Amino acid sequence: MPQLLTIAISVLFDGLAYAMFLFITSVGLSITMGLMGFVNLAHGAFAMAGGYVVVSLTRSLGIDFVPSLIIAAVVIGAVSVPFERVLYRPLYKSTDLEQVLLTIGLAFMAIAGFTYFYGPIPKSVPLPDWLQGDVSLGFRAFPTYRAFLIVVGAALIAVLWYAFEKTNIGAKIRAAVDNRRMAESVGINVDLLFTLTFALGSGLAALGGGLAIQLFGLTPSFAVLYLVLFLIVVAVGGLGSLKGTLLAALVIGIIDTGGKYIFPQGGNFFIYVITVLVLLIKPAGFYGRE
Amino acid sequence: MAVSETTPGRAARERAAEYLIRRHYFSWPEALPWLIAIACFFIFPDRMTFGSQVLIMVMFALSLDLILGYAGIVTLGHAAFFGIGAYTVALGFVKLGWSEPITGIIAAGIVAGIVGIAAGWFILRYRGLTLLMLTIAFGAMLLESGNIRSDFTGGYDGLPGLTFDPLLGMFQYDLYGRTNYWYVLVVLAVVFFFVRRIVYSPFGQALTGIRENVRRMHAIGSPVHRRLVTVYAISAGIAGIAGGLFTQTNAYVTLTVFDFDTSAKVMVMLILGGTGRLYGAFLGAAVYMILEDKLSKMSPSFWQFGIGLLLVVVVMFAKRGLLGIAEAIGRKTKRGQA
Repeated sequence: MPQLLTIAISVLFDGLAYAMFLFITSVGLSITMGLMGFVNLAHGAFAMAGGYVVVSLTRSLGIDFVPSLIIAAVVIGAVSVPFERVLYRPLYKSTDLEQVLLTIGLAFMAIAGFTYFYGPIPKSVPLPDWLQGDVSLGFRAFPTYRAFLIVVGAALIAVLWYAFEKTNIGAKIRAAVDNRRMAESVGINVDLLFTLTFALGSGLAALGGGLAIQLFGLTPSFAVLYLVLFLIVVAVGGLGSLKGTLLAALVIGIIDTGGKYIFPQGGNFFIYVITVLVLLIKPAGFYGRE
Repeated sequence: MAVSETTPGRAARERAAEYLIRRHYFSWPEALPWLIAIACFFIFPDRMTFGSQVLIMVMFALSLDLILGYAGIVTLGHAAFFGIGAYTVALGFVKLGWSEPITGIIAAGIVAGIVGIAAGWFILRYRGLTLLMLTIAFGAMLLESGNIRSDFTGGYDGLPGLTFDPLLGMFQYDLYGRTNYWYVLVVLAVVFFFVRRIVYSPFGQALTGIRENVRRMHAIGSPVHRRLVTVYAISAGIAGIAGGLFTQTNAYVTLTVFDFDTSAKVMVMLILGGTGRLYGAFLGAAVYMILEDKLSKMSPSFWQFGIGLLLVVVVMFAKRGLLGIAEAIGRKTKRGQA
């Protein structure tokens, strides 16, 4: 029995770390999709680009891992603004299909571009000493890096929750997700709001991409490989819902980790089963608007 | 009184019927792709293996056009049906020794069509992102299950060394794939005329109606869900036939047929050519395959960048694909003459 408990705790711990990665990377996608209904398949490309910025900063410039993560998030957030202004803006009122095509085209270009400059071989980052090894939590030891991931995730959740629920701009975003036309007619500048959330979402994706290097390694195909996962988290959680994205990330992260423990050959099979079941019962996701 | 009420109704119905019949007439330019396909046989006799692959992708893109271009179902999981067809033929040979090619692809079409009914019945209630995610998840589930049972499917190593009986018991396969080319071309012609017939039927008009305004179709009492499931199953069946031909002409199959990339690729081909116009599939698949063949030899990442750029340009400047551009030029020159 204690052995089963040990296994359950490791699954829960690893699942939680995985869920935090999913949450950090997907939350921006969820909010931008909730605001504009824009299907952004290039979101994974921003995460991948963030990962490579972290690789370059740590390996070539010798900057520490944690400051590199922050710089990468800021840089990618800023870089995403011209994309939104020039390429995304004309397509807000277009069909899903056109948005899918434009953004998948951008993702392909990003993959090809990064393969050209960085090569197709997986990259890793040098971690500082304090993130390596195990950390003891009294009754047992856990890998420090995963613990770090959980702490970062929890801190971001707290910050985002505060910004969403307690600040003026958060209230405006919630209003615009609920009813864009009404929000516009009471004088909220939804376009500006969208640019802001888009930059924030891309920055968070870049942060997620940087954090993921240690977990999965980084190749240019990261942009498409994990994209389906981000989309699943968004669709299962419900568009534009912070709570939903968190719940979906937790459910998928923990069940997938558990599923892989019990049945290692299964791959992502469990994730897809959960997705199909949830969407068949609740087509708009956990907290989406029907 | 009753007569005066039905007269305008009947006149409208006759006008609609006349319109459909007129659209159904063959026009001369429609012979062009077929003539080009036959001409290619004589011009490039040693590239017929590649030619057969192009024709197979044309058929696959055509099946997608039926649901995407006409019924407006956006799917990124159509490779599922291509893969089911491919594996029906492959497993039929490996497990049952089924080596007759024509009944093989018929079986592939039927199996894929039945799966299409089952999957479509569940997922076609939804639209937008939910539908897109369900199609992706469905394709990915098949891929993962194939991988779990890789003892059965051969996994990513695939099932090599499949050999099939001579066509109709008469035509042996040759090294250059010439028999295969004719085989695929004839099957494509049969499938094409079937699809063309559907598109210009009242059923096809109902599909266009669903694409354009699903609420109005509900309001006039059209059985929307049943029509969508029907067309989804037909499209799945055609994709299955294309998959079966893929296995037969390559004599091997791997799980990559189920990849997300395969679904994305066929959609890119169709969009490139132009959706909702049947011949877009021909032009798009041919242009895509030839560019891929030439450019990826130079550098694979160069090719991937090019196809990405092409997609962005098509969406920003040429929403109706290459055929849309051709039509716009055609209209302009006509106006110039008048």
